[in-house]
Amino acid sequence: MSNKMHIKMNVNGEEQEFLAEPRELLIHTLRERLDITGPHIGCETSHCGACTVTIDGKSVKSCTMFVAQANGKDVTTIEGLGGPDDLHVLQSAFKEHHGLQCGFCTPGMITRASKLLEENPNPTEEEVRFGMAGNICRCTGYQNIVKSILAAASELQAAKEAAE
Amino acid sequence: MIPAAFEYHRPTDMAGVLAVLEEHGDDARVLAGGHSLIPMMKLRMAEVPHLIDLQDVSGLGGIDVRTGEVHIGAMTTQTEIIENAELAQVCPILKEAALQIADPQVRYMGTVGGNVANGDPGNDMPGLMQCLDATFELVGPDGTREVKARDFYEAAYMTDREDDEVLTKVVIPAHGAGYAYEKQKRKIGDYATAAAAVTIVSDMGKCVQASIAMTNLSDTPVWSEAAGAALVGTSLDDAAVDAAVSAMLGDIDPTQDNRGPIEFKKHAAAVILRRAIARAWSRA
Ligand SMILES: Cc1cc2nc3c(=O)[nH]c(=O)nc-3n(C[C@H](O)[C@H](O)[C@H](O)COP(=O)(O)OP(=O)(O)OC[C@H]3O[C@@H](n4cnc5c(N)ncnc54)[C@H](O)[C@@H]3O)c2cc1C
Ligand code: FES
Ligand code: FES
Repeated sequence: MSNKMHIKMNVNGEEQEFLAEPRELLIHTLRERLDITGPHIGCETSHCGACTVTIDGKSVKSCTMFVAQANGKDVTTIEGLGGPDDLHVLQSAFKEHHGLQCGFCTPGMITRASKLLEENPNPTEEEVRFGMAGNICRCTGYQNIVKSILAAASELQAAKEAAE
Repeated sequence: MIPAAFEYHRPTDMAGVLAVLEEHGDDARVLAGGHSLIPMMKLRMAEVPHLIDLQDVSGLGGIDVRTGEVHIGAMTTQTEIIENAELAQVCPILKEAALQIADPQVRYMGTVGGNVANGDPGNDMPGLMQCLDATFELVGPDGTREVKARDFYEAAYMTDREDDEVLTKVVIPAHGAGYAYEKQKRKIGDYATAAAAVTIVSDMGKCVQASIAMTNLSDTPVWSEAAGAALVGTSLDDAAVDAAVSAMLGDIDPTQDNRGPIEFKKHAAAVILRRAIARAWSRA
Protein backbone atom coordinates (compact mmCIF):
# COMPACT_ATOMS: atom_id res chain seq x y z
CA MET A 1 0.00 0.00 0.00
CA SER A 2 1.82 3.08 -1.15
CA ASN A 3 -0.86 5.68 -0.90
CA LYS A 4 0.93 8.99 -1.01
CA MET A 5 -1.06 12.03 -0.09
CA HIS A 6 -0.65 15.66 -0.92
CA ILE A 7 0.66 17.53 2.11
CA LYS A 8 0.86 21.27 2.65
CA MET A 9 2.31 22.83 5.74
CA ASN A 10 3.96 26.02 6.83
CA VAL A 11 7.32 25.39 8.46
CA ASN A 12 9.12 28.35 10.03
CA GLY A 13 7.15 30.73 7.84
CA GLU A 14 7.74 28.90 4.57
CA GLU A 15 5.04 27.05 2.68
CA GLN A 16 5.99 23.46 1.95
CA GLU A 17 4.18 21.14 -0.42
CA PHE A 18 5.03 17.53 -1.15
CA LEU A 19 3.70 14.01 -1.52
CA ALA A 20 4.18 11.66 1.42
CA GLU A 21 2.83 8.48 2.87
CA PRO A 22 0.52 9.36 5.77
CA ARG A 23 2.50 7.09 8.11
CA GLU A 24 5.63 9.20 7.77
CA LEU A 25 6.47 10.62 11.19
CA LEU A 26 6.71 14.40 11.31
CA ILE A 27 10.25 14.25 12.74
CA HIS A 28 11.36 12.32 9.64
CA THR A 29 9.59 14.79 7.37
CA LEU A 30 11.42 17.67 8.99
CA ARG A 31 14.85 16.08 9.16
CA GLU A 32 15.01 13.97 6.04
CA ARG A 33 12.60 15.54 3.60
CA LEU A 34 12.94 19.23 4.47
CA ASP A 35 16.49 19.10 5.81
CA ILE A 36 15.46 20.89 8.99
CA THR A 37 17.72 19.04 11.40
CA GLY A 38 17.31 21.13 14.55
CA PRO A 39 14.71 18.81 16.05
CA HIS A 40 16.56 15.64 17.11
CA ILE A 41 15.57 12.02 17.54
CA GLY A 42 16.55 11.01 21.05
CA CYS A 43 14.32 8.10 22.03
CA GLU A 44 11.75 7.77 19.25
CA THR A 45 9.33 6.59 21.95
CA SER A 46 7.65 9.86 23.03
CA HIS A 47 9.72 10.21 26.19
CA CYS A 48 12.72 12.52 25.73
CA GLY A 49 11.38 15.67 24.06
CA ALA A 50 14.44 16.15 21.80
CA CYS A 51 12.05 16.22 18.82
CA THR A 52 9.81 18.96 20.27
CA VAL A 53 8.36 21.46 17.80
CA THR A 54 5.50 23.95 18.08
CA ILE A 55 2.36 23.18 16.11
CA ASP A 56 -0.59 25.56 16.15
CA GLY A 57 0.48 26.84 19.55
CA LYS A 58 1.19 23.49 21.19
CA SER A 59 4.52 21.92 22.13
CA VAL A 60 4.49 18.58 20.33
CA LYS A 61 6.84 15.61 20.22
CA SER A 62 7.19 15.30 16.46
CA CYS A 63 8.15 11.61 16.71
CA THR A 64 4.58 11.00 17.88
CA MET A 65 2.70 12.67 15.07
CA PHE A 66 2.07 11.44 11.54
CA VAL A 67 2.76 13.89 8.76
CA ALA A 68 -0.88 13.45 7.74
CA GLN A 69 -2.00 14.91 11.08
CA ALA A 70 0.16 17.98 10.49
CA ASN A 71 -1.31 18.60 7.04
CA GLY A 72 -2.46 22.22 6.90
CA LYS A 73 -0.67 23.24 10.09
CA ASP A 74 1.91 25.82 11.12
CA VAL A 75 5.08 24.20 12.44
CA THR A 76 7.90 26.03 14.20
CA THR A 77 11.25 24.41 14.95
CA ILE A 78 14.36 25.80 16.65
CA GLU A 79 15.42 27.16 13.24
CA GLY A 80 12.32 29.34 13.27
CA LEU A 81 13.19 30.88 16.62
CA GLY A 82 16.63 32.22 15.80
CA GLY A 83 19.90 31.46 14.04
CA PRO A 84 23.64 32.04 14.55
CA ASP A 85 23.35 35.70 13.53
CA ASP A 86 20.14 36.50 15.32
CA LEU A 87 19.97 34.40 18.47
CA HIS A 88 16.65 34.15 20.27
CA VAL A 89 16.76 35.42 23.86
CA LEU A 90 16.57 31.82 25.06
CA GLN A 91 19.45 30.78 22.81
CA SER A 92 21.63 33.59 24.19
CA ALA A 93 20.62 32.74 27.74
CA PHE A 94 21.53 29.07 27.26
CA LYS A 95 24.90 30.14 25.85
CA GLU A 96 25.50 32.61 28.66
CA HIS A 97 24.44 30.35 31.55
CA HIS A 98 25.87 27.06 30.30
CA GLY A 99 22.42 25.62 29.69
CA LEU A 100 23.94 22.96 27.46
CA GLN A 101 26.85 20.56 27.35
CA CYS A 102 26.63 18.15 24.41
CA GLY A 103 23.71 20.14 23.03
CA PHE A 104 21.65 17.19 21.89
CA CYS A 105 18.58 18.06 23.95
CA THR A 106 18.94 21.82 23.43
CA PRO A 107 16.76 22.41 20.34
CA GLY A 108 13.86 20.60 21.99
CA MET A 109 14.52 22.33 25.31
CA ILE A 110 14.52 25.81 23.80
CA THR A 111 11.54 25.19 21.55
CA ARG A 112 9.56 23.93 24.55
CA ALA A 113 10.82 26.76 26.77
CA SER A 114 9.74 29.37 24.21
CA LYS A 115 6.17 28.10 24.45
CA LEU A 116 6.35 27.90 28.23
CA LEU A 117 7.43 31.56 28.47
CA GLU A 118 4.71 32.57 26.05
CA GLU A 119 2.11 31.00 28.34
CA ASN A 120 3.77 32.00 31.59
CA PRO A 121 6.12 34.98 31.06
CA ASN A 122 7.13 35.17 34.71
CA PRO A 123 7.51 31.60 35.98
CA THR A 124 8.89 30.46 39.32
CA GLU A 125 11.70 27.92 39.36
CA GLU A 126 9.20 25.23 40.24
CA GLU A 127 6.96 26.20 37.33
CA VAL A 128 9.92 26.01 34.96
CA ARG A 129 10.82 22.54 36.21
CA PHE A 130 7.22 21.35 35.92
CA GLY A 131 6.75 22.95 32.51
CA MET A 132 9.97 21.39 31.18
CA ALA A 133 9.20 17.90 32.51
CA GLY A 134 8.75 16.50 29.00
CA ASN A 135 12.37 17.22 28.04
CA ILE A 136 15.20 15.02 29.21
CA CYS A 137 18.84 16.08 29.42
CA ARG A 138 21.57 13.54 30.07
CA CYS A 139 24.35 16.06 30.65
CA THR A 140 23.58 19.17 32.60
CA GLY A 141 21.65 17.98 35.64
CA TYR A 142 19.06 20.61 34.63
CA GLN A 143 20.35 23.26 37.05
CA ASN A 144 21.74 25.50 34.32
CA ILE A 145 18.84 24.85 31.99
CA VAL A 146 16.46 26.18 34.62
CA LYS A 147 18.81 29.10 35.27
CA SER A 148 18.94 29.91 31.55
CA ILE A 149 15.16 29.88 31.18
CA LEU A 150 14.66 32.07 34.24
CA ALA A 151 17.29 34.49 32.91
CA ALA A 152 15.58 34.63 29.53
CA ALA A 153 12.26 35.28 31.27
CA SER A 154 13.72 38.24 33.19
CA GLU A 155 15.27 39.62 30.06
CA LEU A 156 12.02 39.37 28.13
CA GLN A 157 10.16 41.01 31.02
CA ALA A 158 12.67 43.84 31.21
CA ALA A 159 12.45 44.41 27.46
CA LYS A 160 8.67 44.47 27.69
CA GLU A 161 8.71 46.99 30.55
CA ALA A 162 11.20 49.18 28.71
CA ALA A 163 8.91 49.15 25.68
CA GLU A 164 5.90 50.22 27.74
CA MET B 1 10.14 2.55 14.28
CA ILE B 2 7.93 2.93 11.25
CA PRO B 3 4.35 1.74 11.54
CA ALA B 4 2.67 -0.38 8.90
CA ALA B 5 1.13 1.60 6.07
CA PHE B 6 -2.44 2.82 6.41
CA GLU B 7 -5.07 4.80 4.64
CA TYR B 8 -5.68 8.16 6.33
CA HIS B 9 -9.14 9.62 6.74
CA ARG B 10 -9.94 13.03 8.17
CA PRO B 11 -13.73 13.43 8.08
CA THR B 12 -15.38 16.63 9.26
CA ASP B 13 -18.50 15.17 10.82
CA MET B 14 -19.65 12.11 12.74
CA ALA B 15 -21.52 10.69 9.76
CA GLY B 16 -18.20 10.58 7.91
CA VAL B 17 -16.53 8.78 10.82
CA LEU B 18 -19.31 6.22 11.10
CA ALA B 19 -19.27 5.60 7.34
CA VAL B 20 -15.58 4.61 7.40
CA LEU B 21 -16.11 2.48 10.51
CA GLU B 22 -19.02 0.72 8.85
CA GLU B 23 -17.15 0.13 5.61
CA HIS B 24 -13.95 -1.21 7.14
CA GLY B 25 -15.10 -2.74 10.43
CA ASP B 26 -12.20 -4.05 12.51
CA ASP B 27 -9.70 -2.61 10.05
CA ALA B 28 -10.61 0.94 10.99
CA ARG B 29 -9.84 2.81 14.16
CA VAL B 30 -10.19 6.40 15.31
CA LEU B 31 -7.21 8.57 16.22
CA ALA B 32 -7.62 11.28 18.86
CA GLY B 33 -4.41 12.74 20.33
CA GLY B 34 -2.50 9.68 19.20
CA HIS B 35 -0.31 9.50 22.27
CA SER B 36 -1.38 5.97 23.13
CA LEU B 37 -2.21 4.69 19.65
CA ILE B 38 0.80 6.00 17.68
CA PRO B 39 3.39 4.47 20.05
CA MET B 40 1.53 1.14 19.68
CA MET B 41 1.49 1.48 15.89
CA LYS B 42 5.20 2.32 15.83
CA LEU B 43 5.91 -0.83 17.84
CA ARG B 44 3.62 -2.67 15.43
CA MET B 45 1.59 -3.84 18.37
CA ALA B 46 -1.39 -2.19 16.71
CA GLU B 47 -2.10 -2.39 13.01
CA VAL B 48 -4.68 0.01 11.68
CA PRO B 49 -5.25 -0.23 7.92
CA HIS B 50 -7.75 2.65 8.09
CA LEU B 51 -6.95 5.45 10.48
CA ILE B 52 -9.69 7.99 11.11
CA ASP B 53 -8.32 11.24 12.50
CA LEU B 54 -10.98 12.93 14.66
CA GLN B 55 -9.28 16.34 14.80
CA ASP B 56 -11.64 18.05 12.34
CA VAL B 57 -14.87 16.34 13.42
CA SER B 58 -17.27 19.00 14.62
CA GLY B 59 -19.03 18.73 17.95
CA LEU B 60 -16.45 16.64 19.78
CA GLY B 61 -14.70 19.42 21.70
CA GLY B 62 -15.65 21.77 24.45
CA ILE B 63 -16.27 21.88 28.17
CA ASP B 64 -19.84 22.77 29.08
CA VAL B 65 -20.57 23.46 32.76
CA ARG B 66 -24.32 23.12 33.33
CA THR B 67 -26.43 23.06 36.47
CA GLY B 68 -25.81 19.79 38.24
CA GLU B 69 -23.40 18.35 35.66
CA VAL B 70 -20.41 18.95 33.46
CA HIS B 71 -20.22 17.83 29.83
CA ILE B 72 -16.75 17.28 28.40
CA GLY B 73 -16.35 16.58 24.68
CA ALA B 74 -14.21 13.56 23.82
CA MET B 75 -11.56 15.61 21.99
CA THR B 76 -10.95 17.93 24.95
CA THR B 77 -7.25 17.74 25.80
CA GLN B 78 -5.71 17.37 29.24
CA THR B 79 -4.26 20.88 28.79
CA GLU B 80 -7.73 22.29 28.13
CA ILE B 81 -8.97 20.61 31.32
CA ILE B 82 -6.12 22.17 33.29
CA GLU B 83 -6.67 25.64 31.85
CA ASN B 84 -10.47 25.84 32.21
CA ALA B 85 -11.16 28.08 35.24
CA GLU B 86 -14.87 27.31 35.39
CA LEU B 87 -14.20 23.58 35.45
CA ALA B 88 -11.59 24.04 38.19
CA GLN B 89 -14.35 25.66 40.25
CA VAL B 90 -17.02 22.99 39.90
CA CYS B 91 -14.88 19.86 39.48
CA PRO B 92 -11.34 20.60 40.72
CA ILE B 93 -10.32 16.94 40.95
CA LEU B 94 -10.14 16.82 37.13
CA LYS B 95 -7.40 19.43 37.04
CA GLU B 96 -5.61 17.85 39.98
CA ALA B 97 -5.55 14.51 38.15
CA ALA B 98 -4.75 15.92 34.69
CA LEU B 99 -1.67 17.68 36.09
CA GLN B 100 -0.38 14.27 37.16
CA ILE B 101 -0.72 12.72 33.69
CA ALA B 102 2.40 12.41 31.56
CA ASP B 103 4.23 15.66 30.70
CA PRO B 104 3.32 19.01 29.08
CA GLN B 105 3.83 17.85 25.47
CA VAL B 106 1.66 14.77 25.99
CA ARG B 107 -1.04 16.80 27.75
CA TYR B 108 -1.38 19.21 24.80
CA MET B 109 -2.29 16.23 22.61
CA GLY B 110 -3.84 13.58 24.87
CA THR B 111 -7.63 13.74 25.02
CA VAL B 112 -10.19 12.79 27.63
CA GLY B 113 -12.01 10.57 25.14
CA GLY B 114 -8.82 8.75 24.16
CA ASN B 115 -7.81 8.33 27.77
CA VAL B 116 -11.12 6.76 28.84
CA ALA B 117 -11.72 4.76 25.64
CA ASN B 118 -8.21 3.31 25.41
CA GLY B 119 -8.79 0.68 28.10
CA ASP B 120 -5.18 0.65 29.31
CA PRO B 121 -5.25 -0.03 33.07
CA GLY B 122 -2.47 2.58 33.42
CA ASN B 123 -4.64 5.45 32.23
CA ASP B 124 -5.63 7.81 35.01
CA MET B 125 -8.99 9.13 33.77
CA PRO B 126 -10.96 5.84 33.88
CA GLY B 127 -10.60 5.38 37.66
CA LEU B 128 -11.29 9.05 38.16
CA MET B 129 -14.48 8.80 36.09
CA GLN B 130 -15.59 5.78 38.13
CA CYS B 131 -14.99 7.67 41.35
CA LEU B 132 -17.10 10.57 40.04
CA ASP B 133 -19.80 8.23 38.67
CA ALA B 134 -19.43 9.70 35.17
CA THR B 135 -21.41 8.56 32.15
CA PHE B 136 -19.92 8.01 28.69
CA GLU B 137 -21.93 8.83 25.58
CA LEU B 138 -21.32 6.53 22.61
CA VAL B 139 -22.51 7.04 19.04
CA GLY B 140 -22.79 4.17 16.59
CA PRO B 141 -24.76 3.09 13.54
CA ASP B 142 -27.84 2.49 15.73
CA GLY B 143 -27.74 5.89 17.39
CA THR B 144 -26.60 7.11 20.78
CA ARG B 145 -26.35 5.24 24.05
CA GLU B 146 -24.98 5.95 27.50
CA VAL B 147 -22.81 3.74 29.66
CA LYS B 148 -21.72 4.33 33.24
CA ALA B 149 -17.94 4.51 33.71
CA ARG B 150 -18.45 1.94 36.47
CA ASP B 151 -19.86 -0.54 33.91
CA PHE B 152 -17.57 0.28 30.98
CA TYR B 153 -14.31 -1.60 31.65
CA GLU B 154 -14.16 -5.37 31.07
CA ALA B 155 -10.45 -6.26 30.91
CA ALA B 156 -7.22 -4.68 29.68
CA TYR B 157 -8.06 -2.95 26.36
CA MET B 158 -11.56 -4.47 26.45
CA THR B 159 -14.45 -2.15 27.06
CA ASP B 160 -18.17 -2.10 26.51
CA ARG B 161 -17.63 0.05 23.39
CA GLU B 162 -18.31 -1.77 20.11
CA ASP B 163 -15.78 -1.44 17.28
CA ASP B 164 -18.18 0.70 15.27
CA GLU B 165 -18.94 3.11 18.11
CA VAL B 166 -17.27 6.43 18.91
CA LEU B 167 -17.15 7.92 22.39
CA THR B 168 -18.44 11.47 22.02
CA LYS B 169 -18.52 12.85 25.53
CA VAL B 170 -18.21 12.34 29.24
CA VAL B 171 -20.90 13.64 31.60
CA ILE B 172 -19.93 14.14 35.22
CA PRO B 173 -22.45 14.89 37.97
CA ALA B 174 -21.53 17.92 40.09
CA HIS B 175 -20.49 16.79 43.55
CA GLY B 176 -19.30 19.59 45.85
CA ALA B 177 -17.37 16.99 47.82
CA GLY B 178 -13.90 17.04 49.32
CA TYR B 179 -11.59 15.42 46.79
CA ALA B 180 -8.09 14.16 46.14
CA TYR B 181 -6.23 12.46 43.31
CA GLU B 182 -3.04 10.86 44.63
CA LYS B 183 -0.60 9.05 42.38
CA GLN B 184 2.62 7.18 43.07
CA LYS B 185 4.90 7.03 40.03
CA ARG B 186 8.54 6.16 39.50
CA LYS B 187 9.33 9.44 37.81
CA ILE B 188 7.49 12.41 36.37
CA GLY B 189 5.65 11.43 33.21
CA ASP B 190 5.27 7.81 34.28
CA TYR B 191 2.09 5.80 34.58
CA ALA B 192 0.93 5.05 38.12
CA THR B 193 2.44 2.39 40.33
CA ALA B 194 -0.73 3.07 42.31
CA ALA B 195 -3.24 5.91 42.18
CA ALA B 196 -6.38 6.74 44.13
CA ALA B 197 -9.32 9.02 43.36
CA VAL B 198 -11.37 9.90 46.43
CA THR B 199 -14.39 12.12 47.05
CA ILE B 200 -15.93 12.62 50.48
CA VAL B 201 -19.03 14.57 51.51
CA SER B 202 -19.19 15.56 55.16
CA ASP B 203 -22.00 16.87 57.33
CA MET B 204 -21.55 17.96 60.94
CA GLY B 205 -18.18 16.26 61.21
CA LYS B 206 -19.34 12.93 59.81
CA CYS B 207 -18.79 11.42 56.41
CA VAL B 208 -22.15 11.05 54.66
CA GLN B 209 -20.91 9.93 51.26
CA ALA B 210 -17.61 8.60 49.94
CA SER B 211 -16.39 7.23 46.63
CA ILE B 212 -13.03 5.53 46.05
CA ALA B 213 -11.45 4.26 42.82
CA MET B 214 -7.95 2.86 42.21
CA THR B 215 -5.76 2.93 39.08
CA ASN B 216 -3.25 0.42 37.64
CA LEU B 217 -3.86 -2.15 40.34
CA SER B 218 -5.93 -4.60 38.24
CA ASP B 219 -6.56 -5.15 34.56
CA THR B 220 -9.35 -2.54 34.85
CA PRO B 221 -9.83 0.48 37.08
CA VAL B 222 -11.35 -0.57 40.40
CA TRP B 223 -14.23 1.32 41.99
CA SER B 224 -14.26 -0.06 45.51
CA GLU B 225 -17.78 0.33 46.76
CA ALA B 226 -16.87 -1.38 50.05
CA ALA B 227 -13.99 1.01 50.70
CA GLY B 228 -16.27 4.02 50.31
CA ALA B 229 -18.96 2.41 52.47
CA ALA B 230 -16.43 1.82 55.25
CA LEU B 231 -16.07 5.59 55.66
CA VAL B 232 -19.77 6.54 55.62
CA GLY B 233 -21.22 7.33 59.04
CA THR B 234 -17.80 7.70 60.65
CA SER B 235 -15.75 10.75 61.52
CA LEU B 236 -12.80 9.16 59.72
CA ASP B 237 -11.15 7.84 62.84
CA ASP B 238 -8.22 5.45 62.41
CA ALA B 239 -10.44 2.37 62.56
CA ALA B 240 -12.63 3.66 59.70
CA VAL B 241 -9.65 4.48 57.49
CA ASP B 242 -8.09 1.08 58.24
CA ALA B 243 -11.37 -0.58 57.29
CA ALA B 244 -11.52 1.36 54.01
CA VAL B 245 -7.94 0.45 53.15
CA SER B 246 -8.48 -3.23 53.82
CA ALA B 247 -11.72 -3.22 51.82
CA MET B 248 -9.81 -1.63 48.90
CA LEU B 249 -7.03 -4.22 49.19
CA GLY B 250 -9.68 -6.91 48.90
CA ASP B 251 -10.94 -5.45 45.63
CA ILE B 252 -7.67 -4.87 43.74
CA ASP B 253 -5.70 -7.57 41.98
CA PRO B 254 -2.26 -6.24 41.01
CA THR B 255 0.28 -8.25 39.04
CA GLN B 256 4.05 -8.19 39.19
CA ASP B 257 5.76 -6.10 36.51
CA ASN B 258 8.55 -3.56 36.13
CA ARG B 259 6.83 -1.35 38.70
CA GLY B 260 7.33 -3.98 41.38
CA PRO B 261 6.10 -7.20 42.94
CA ILE B 262 2.54 -7.69 44.13
CA GLU B 263 3.27 -7.05 47.81
CA PHE B 264 4.93 -3.74 46.99
CA LYS B 265 1.99 -2.66 44.85
CA LYS B 266 -0.42 -3.42 47.68
CA HIS B 267 1.77 -1.47 50.05
CA ALA B 268 1.87 1.49 47.64
CA ALA B 269 -1.90 1.26 47.12
CA ALA B 270 -2.52 1.46 50.86
CA VAL B 271 -0.17 4.42 51.34
CA ILE B 272 -1.68 6.31 48.40
CA LEU B 273 -5.25 5.67 49.53
CA ARG B 274 -4.51 6.87 53.08
CA ARG B 275 -3.03 10.07 51.69
CA ALA B 276 -5.96 10.59 49.34
CA ILE B 277 -8.53 10.01 52.09
CA ALA B 278 -6.74 12.41 54.45
CA ARG B 279 -6.56 15.12 51.81
CA ALA B 280 -10.14 14.66 50.61
CA TRP B 281 -11.38 14.79 54.21
CA SER B 282 -9.40 17.98 54.89
CA ARG B 283 -11.28 19.56 51.97
CA ALA B 284 -14.71 18.06 52.75
C1 LIG C 1 5.29 9.45 27.56
C2 LIG C 1 3.85 9.24 27.83
C3 LIG C 1 3.41 9.19 29.15
C4 LIG C 1 2.06 9.00 29.44
N1 LIG C 1 1.66 8.99 30.75
C5 LIG C 1 0.35 8.82 31.04
C6 LIG C 1 -0.11 8.83 32.39
O1 LIG C 1 0.64 8.99 33.32
N2 LIG C 1 -1.44 8.66 32.60
C7 LIG C 1 -2.33 8.50 31.58
O2 LIG C 1 -3.51 8.37 31.86
N3 LIG C 1 -1.92 8.49 30.31
C8 LIG C 1 -0.61 8.65 30.02
N4 LIG C 1 -0.22 8.66 28.71
C9 LIG C 1 -1.21 8.43 27.66
C10 LIG C 1 -1.82 9.72 27.18
O3 LIG C 1 -2.53 10.37 28.21
C11 LIG C 1 -2.73 9.42 25.98
O4 LIG C 1 -2.78 10.59 25.27
C12 LIG C 1 -4.10 8.91 26.31
O5 LIG C 1 -4.04 7.67 26.95
C13 LIG C 1 -4.94 8.61 25.07
O6 LIG C 1 -5.45 9.73 24.58
P1 LIG C 1 -5.23 10.12 23.05
O7 LIG C 1 -6.15 11.24 22.80
O8 LIG C 1 -3.81 10.34 22.82
O9 LIG C 1 -5.79 8.80 22.33
P2 LIG C 1 -5.28 7.98 21.07
O10 LIG C 1 -3.90 7.52 21.28
O11 LIG C 1 -5.57 8.73 19.83
O12 LIG C 1 -6.27 6.74 21.16
C14 LIG C 1 -6.16 5.76 22.17
C15 LIG C 1 -7.19 4.65 21.89
O13 LIG C 1 -8.50 5.09 22.12
C16 LIG C 1 -9.27 5.05 20.95
N5 LIG C 1 -10.05 6.29 20.92
C17 LIG C 1 -9.57 7.55 21.01
N6 LIG C 1 -10.57 8.44 21.03
C18 LIG C 1 -11.71 7.73 20.93
C19 LIG C 1 -13.09 8.09 20.87
N7 LIG C 1 -13.49 9.36 20.97
N8 LIG C 1 -14.01 7.10 20.76
C20 LIG C 1 -13.60 5.79 20.69
N9 LIG C 1 -12.32 5.40 20.73
C21 LIG C 1 -11.37 6.35 20.86
C22 LIG C 1 -8.29 4.93 19.79
O14 LIG C 1 -8.84 4.25 18.69
C23 LIG C 1 -7.18 4.15 20.44
O15 LIG C 1 -7.47 2.78 20.43
C24 LIG C 1 1.14 8.84 28.38
C25 LIG C 1 1.57 8.88 27.06
C26 LIG C 1 2.91 9.07 26.78
C27 LIG C 1 3.35 9.10 25.35
S1 FES D 1 12.48 11.47 19.96
FE1 FES D 1 10.49 12.20 20.26
S2 FES D 1 10.26 12.19 22.40
FE2 FES D 1 12.27 11.33 22.13
S1 FES E 1 23.19 18.90 26.92
FE1 FES E 1 23.61 16.82 26.49
S2 FES E 1 21.62 15.94 26.65
FE2 FES E 1 21.29 17.91 27.37
